[in-house]
Amino acid sequence: MYQWDFGILWSYRWLFLNGLGVTVGFTVVIVVLGLVFGLFGAFGTLSRFRAVRLIALTFIEAFRCTPILVQLIWFYYALPILAGVEMTPITASALALSLYGGSFYSEIIRGGIVSIDSGQSEAGAALGMTPGQAMRRIVLPQAIKRMIPALMNQSIIQFKNTSLVSVLAVPDLVYQSQVAAHDSYRPLETYTAVAVAYAAILIPLTILVRRGEKRMAVGE
Amino acid sequence: MSEASNNTSKNTSKIEIRGLRKSFGSNEVLKTISLDVAKGGVVALIGPSGSGKSTLLRCINLLVTPDGGSVRVGDTRFAFGAGTKLPNVKTLAKFRATTGMVFQHFNLFPHMTALQNVMEGPITVRRMARADAETLARAQLAKVGLAEKADQYPATLSGGQKQRVAIARALAMEPDVMLFDEATSALDPELVGEVLAVMQRLASEGMTMVIVTHEIAFAREVADRLIFMRDGIVVEEGPARQVIDNPQEAATRAFLSHFHRTGALPPANAAP
Repeated sequence: MYQWDFGILWSYRWLFLNGLGVTVGFTVVIVVLGLVFGLFGAFGTLSRFRAVRLIALTFIEAFRCTPILVQLIWFYYALPILAGVEMTPITASALALSLYGGSFYSEIIRGGIVSIDSGQSEAGAALGMTPGQAMRRIVLPQAIKRMIPALMNQSIIQFKNTSLVSVLAVPDLVYQSQVAAHDSYRPLETYTAVAVAYAAILIPLTILVRRGEKRMAVGE
Repeated sequence: MSEASNNTSKNTSKIEIRGLRKSFGSNEVLKTISLDVAKGGVVALIGPSGSGKSTLLRCINLLVTPDGGSVRVGDTRFAFGAGTKLPNVKTLAKFRATTGMVFQHFNLFPHMTALQNVMEGPITVRRMARADAETLARAQLAKVGLAEKADQYPATLSGGQKQRVAIARALAMEPDVMLFDEATSALDPELVGEVLAVMQRLASEGMTMVIVTHEIAFAREVADRLIFMRDGIVVEEGPARQVIDNPQEAATRAFLSHFHRTGALPPANAAP
């Protein structure tokens, strides 16, 4: 019978805390960058120009339809060979995760924009607004409200995806717990603690998202 | 675009449409339409659904881009067809700012209050100062009898109130002409009157109006000219009373036989 011993983890607390800091910080970076990529992707797919639409769609599908683990490895090991771009593990994984997240964000943003009745931008146009003004003043304020729950959901997935950066030796929570597990010969306790840490952050967040969704539904 | 020319024309017509053509795919919706609306004139466009009357209306403010022919409103003229370039985004926006449009489904901005809906055009398009825009918007809301609804969101208004806000929103741009696209078709019968009353007063104040409508009695009362369209052509045209009371074409007679042509207008219950 296995004897659980969680007490041993206490001596690694600074290691865990350090890793958790990297994980959270990393999430913030890839969510922000991902949203920027997502915005470009969404407006790209809605462009009047066929070439722009095609480029945007190609990028989105390339990142959406390949595994993130493969993308991480590819960005770090293949890009230097193909393009001669040397990147630190942190840069490579931030870029890969942002583009991967961005491809999903862009679909959410595009879906939010096209879900707004075309009569809205038509009414803006009839008042004499340019398409840009109608987008900023009329369509986006309504679309963003609809996008928020899905964007939050995708950001939660982004948070969990950061666990993969440990394959490139980025010292996130998972990487540091690997160190602790090897050191203490207690992998079961270590990974259980990691799971608890992720859940402790995400469960309150999901509750917030669900509340937000309900409030949104009332406002419709 | 072609010539957004500023020829101060001698003739008095406010709207002049010549040889207008439009197809959607293989479906030819407008077949060489010409139309004049005098300054201060009120023209009613009637006809069965699919006759092209809404498309014609949307060609007047270029929400729909014609395939051929020309459109002039006031001093601004656009020609379409082979050898002409489409108007650019800025020119189009500037042009549309001078033509007000009211839609069948109101198309109010749901994230703004009634007041903000009416202020939006003056602020964003006319670059008016917020305080001035608010004064103007309150005056327009008062004019359609909704001064006390200024701070309500569209979702809390009745259909008739929504449409009156939409009229105020269009009027706040101080347009040269007003276009009404079946403005009462989506309303419950008891709410039609209050919207028609606002339109009738607007007409009596000398606004140039083109009205796509199924309210034949209203057209007879308020419009000075009536155009009956079918299958993308003008079948019959003339003084509203004359065409309605005494249609010359068989197709016009057949269409009008479905309506009560005379009688009192629906009462404006919530009259301001």
